[in-house]
Amino acid sequence: MNASLTTLEVCVIALGIVLMLADFFATAERKRFLGYAAIAALTGLLLISFSGNGVCSLTGTAFNGTFIEDALAVYFKRFFLVAAILVLFMSGEFSDRIAGGISEYYSLIIFALAGMCFAASANDFAMLFVSIELITITFYVLTSFQRGRLISLEAGVKYLILGALSSAFLVFGIALVWGTTGKLNFTELASVAAQFETNKLFLIGVLFVLVGLGFKIAAVPFQIWAPDVYQGAPTPTTAFLAVGSKAAGFVLLLRVLFTALPAVTRHWADLLIVISGITILYGNLCALPQRNLKRLLGYSSIAHAGYLLLGVAALSVSGQAALLYYLAGYLFTVVAAFLVICVVMRHLDNEDISALAGLNQRSPLLAATMTFAMVSLAGIPPMAGFFGKFLLLKAVIQQGAVNHGYYCLAFTALAGVVISLYYYFGVIRAIYWSKNAPDLSPIPLSGPVKFSVCVCIAGMFWLGLFPSVVLDLATEAAKSLGI
Amino acid sequence: MSILTYIFGWPLVAALLLVFVPRNYRVIIRAIALLATLTSAVLAVKMFMQYAGAPLDVDGYRFVQQIPWVESLGISYHVGVDGLNVGLILMGAIVAFAAACCSWEIKEHEKEFYILLLVMSGGILGAFASLDLFFFYFLHELALVPTFIMIGVWGRGERKNYATFQITLYLSLGALIALIGLIALYLQAGANTFDIPKLTEYIRQHPLSAHSQNFIFPLLLFGFGILVSLWPFHSWAPLGYSSAPSPTAMLHAGVLKKFGLYGLIRIALPLLPQAAQGWMQILAWLCLGNILYVGWVAMRQKDLNLLIGNSSVAHMGFIFLGIASLNLIGITGAEFIMVAHGFLAALTFALSGYIYQKTGTLQISELGGLCRQLRFIGTVLLMAAMAGCGLPGFANFVGEATVFFGAWTVFPLVTGLALWGALIIGAVYMTRAIRNALHGPLPDKWAGLADAASLWRKLPYALLLASLFVFGCFPRLLTEKITPDAQKIVSLAAPAEAAAKPSATMVAQAGLSPNRNPQSAIRN
Repeated sequence: MNASLTTLEVCVIALGIVLMLADFFATAERKRFLGYAAIAALTGLLLISFSGNGVCSLTGTAFNGTFIEDALAVYFKRFFLVAAILVLFMSGEFSDRIAGGISEYYSLIIFALAGMCFAASANDFAMLFVSIELITITFYVLTSFQRGRLISLEAGVKYLILGALSSAFLVFGIALVWGTTGKLNFTELASVAAQFETNKLFLIGVLFVLVGLGFKIAAVPFQIWAPDVYQGAPTPTTAFLAVGSKAAGFVLLLRVLFTALPAVTRHWADLLIVISGITILYGNLCALPQRNLKRLLGYSSIAHAGYLLLGVAALSVSGQAALLYYLAGYLFTVVAAFLVICVVMRHLDNEDISALAGLNQRSPLLAATMTFAMVSLAGIPPMAGFFGKFLLLKAVIQQGAVNHGYYCLAFTALAGVVISLYYYFGVIRAIYWSKNAPDLSPIPLSGPVKFSVCVCIAGMFWLGLFPSVVLDLATEAAKSLGI
Repeated sequence: MSILTYIFGWPLVAALLLVFVPRNYRVIIRAIALLATLTSAVLAVKMFMQYAGAPLDVDGYRFVQQIPWVESLGISYHVGVDGLNVGLILMGAIVAFAAACCSWEIKEHEKEFYILLLVMSGGILGAFASLDLFFFYFLHELALVPTFIMIGVWGRGERKNYATFQITLYLSLGALIALIGLIALYLQAGANTFDIPKLTEYIRQHPLSAHSQNFIFPLLLFGFGILVSLWPFHSWAPLGYSSAPSPTAMLHAGVLKKFGLYGLIRIALPLLPQAAQGWMQILAWLCLGNILYVGWVAMRQKDLNLLIGNSSVAHMGFIFLGIASLNLIGITGAEFIMVAHGFLAALTFALSGYIYQKTGTLQISELGGLCRQLRFIGTVLLMAAMAGCGLPGFANFVGEATVFFGAWTVFPLVTGLALWGALIIGAVYMTRAIRNALHGPLPDKWAGLADAASLWRKLPYALLLASLFVFGCFPRLLTEKITPDAQKIVSLAAPAEAAAKPSATMVAQAGLSPNRNPQSAIRN
């Protein structure tokens, strides 16, 4: 019983409420600054978390073991804080395009962040469901926030319907697991799960839980929503969806597979291998013909869900550590790409790749940022993406001696990387070597945008060139899963 | 800091510096690129001269520097040279400088071009210097990717896009297959280190099981093989080179391509000896595909650049033959050709680039009589073609002759056929191309062509040709460095072979034969 473990979450929720209240008192032109206040508060929390003392560095469980604070939870909470800070910067830039209530937009991001932090600490199916719903429901609103744009509403409705369906699967699965075992807590479940290995109802329940989580991370065959929602949602929402929501799905997946049900997971290596392989191929192949940049990144995010699943499928500490490392690189990369989209495509209805033409003359910094992001996504040294893919491949090949399916998976991932070069280079090509650029006016960059872009670039290079700090944190976090 | 760090570090630093230079300062951009590559070339020459006197470390490497990077995985920044890579670094640095000199033909997006060129040069020199498997791969990949962009953007000809597509697909696939092989090697060895000397020592004491060797070796052989255009995975090379801007073709055909061969000699042979011995027979026959089949294809080419591209693929066959022979003479010869071919390929692509720049075509039927107008370029091209045929006095002859001496004892039949390919086929297509392009009547439309007039324009060609001469007349400069380390590789890869024939004297005979009378050789 240690409720002080939840200090971070309480602070985040309080921040969201304060933001909503402050909205009453702030004049219209000051509302943008509420975002910067929120950024300052979150940065403070992040610094406290890194300072290694005070309430944010306690470990243990709370609320009868439903809430756990361990290295993994801390790793993900820091990750979510960084993501939210960068997304808030992006929202500040985006605020002129949101008709109704920018401060609600900010506070919804903060509430989604609270949900993600709870997800990082969930050690119980009830907590898992509540945190997922907190994330998903805020995202329904965030997705359809541009009420005037039909495409945004369409994206919101699609996300709502499919999200609700997946939640139904999830809760049904939880019910079946509880019905057969009588346990909801992951730790308790782990001790009894072995007895139910052959119980069909129990296994169907676990499968349904995986369906719900597969939806969150956009793994095949639950990926169908991703491109539409990515394309339609306001750009900061898309970025948060791509980074935060996906990472929350992965931390829950890790907890369910490795803390709660290691006995079951052991037999499901083949299933994970197949899902991972198909997700990689589907995402990369479908991204090939795309012309809309956000849609392209939507498919690319499906492909990256597949790469991340390599780390899950490897069923080893090094695989999980690789996954965590890859997520960290993915955070900076994807946010950088969406920041550029957000700034460059300010006045455009559709985010066609051709809009990037001549970007190197309009804004060399943004052109370089987009190039680095694409290079990192493609997994080319010296960026973060290369070292991440290297770690994931290493983890998969390590298991190859046990199960030859892993070698096939490694080759599938390799094919995916080769395919992806085509469309990532297409974006770079559009930036630097388009023949007829319609508009060559310079793009003015505000201070916060410059700052956040530089943070992203620094992050990509730092993770690519000096991986040992984050890798050690990731390894420590992966060890706390207890496999 | 080791001198090696400076050799590959300067180009990379210069690339970073160029990012901040405004694009309209063209002279400054070019000056920075030239200065950086010149510095690294001068340092490489200095390193080469000091090689014999430099202190050895415990593993037998010189100019060593090691800094831990990711300790949990056993990755460290570790550079050093021995006989196997000292020549390659020298060759790479000189070719990089020549390529930067030849980049005057690039007229648009110069800034990006020079940045990519410098990344490419720095990356590949670093890959050769690296004694850590991770950095070995990492730096090569860093150098490889700019190639694709350069061909796609500054390339020429109608089939540019197809060529880019093909070369990207083949080379990324090859590199990634090799990556899987390298990771599998690291994991199977179980030494938890990417350090090549440590790994070699560990595996010498605890050899890998035959099963894992047989799994990993083909990955490395074909992964590296695709990068080196091993037949039948060579089709990207001629088209890619003929579509590439000439500095890119020079660097890739000359330097980057040697990475795969170096990887085979440095890693695949000594670490996977058992599997290597099994595969060498197959490799010997595959290399005939390079020498005979691609040579034959080269005979049919109507485009000068495609001909050069095919001939460069054919030359890879001799190197593979040297590796396949798995004895001291063969490996020494293979190493020697790697250096010689680097200079030669860079020289021929630079020359064809010059001609294309002036005439706008490389169709041999449209050229003719160019020697009348382009006296300097024509003469150098003639000499390069002769070097390509294996004329004594040029470095290629020494290497090829050594390889044939080495391979004869192991694969007499293959060597016989390869000799035929080297002497007859090579001579036929080279002399025919020379006759049709350089001699005969000069078409009226080429009457106004300008030769490389200033000393500055002549410099890259003269430099590369001089290097071919120097190593052709004084092969000992290189062989005496290669032999002791080639001996180590052979003793690891084929212990029985090494014990039976400690044949350093044969190398001396084979390698030095043209040295007895260099004057007459040059006169020929």
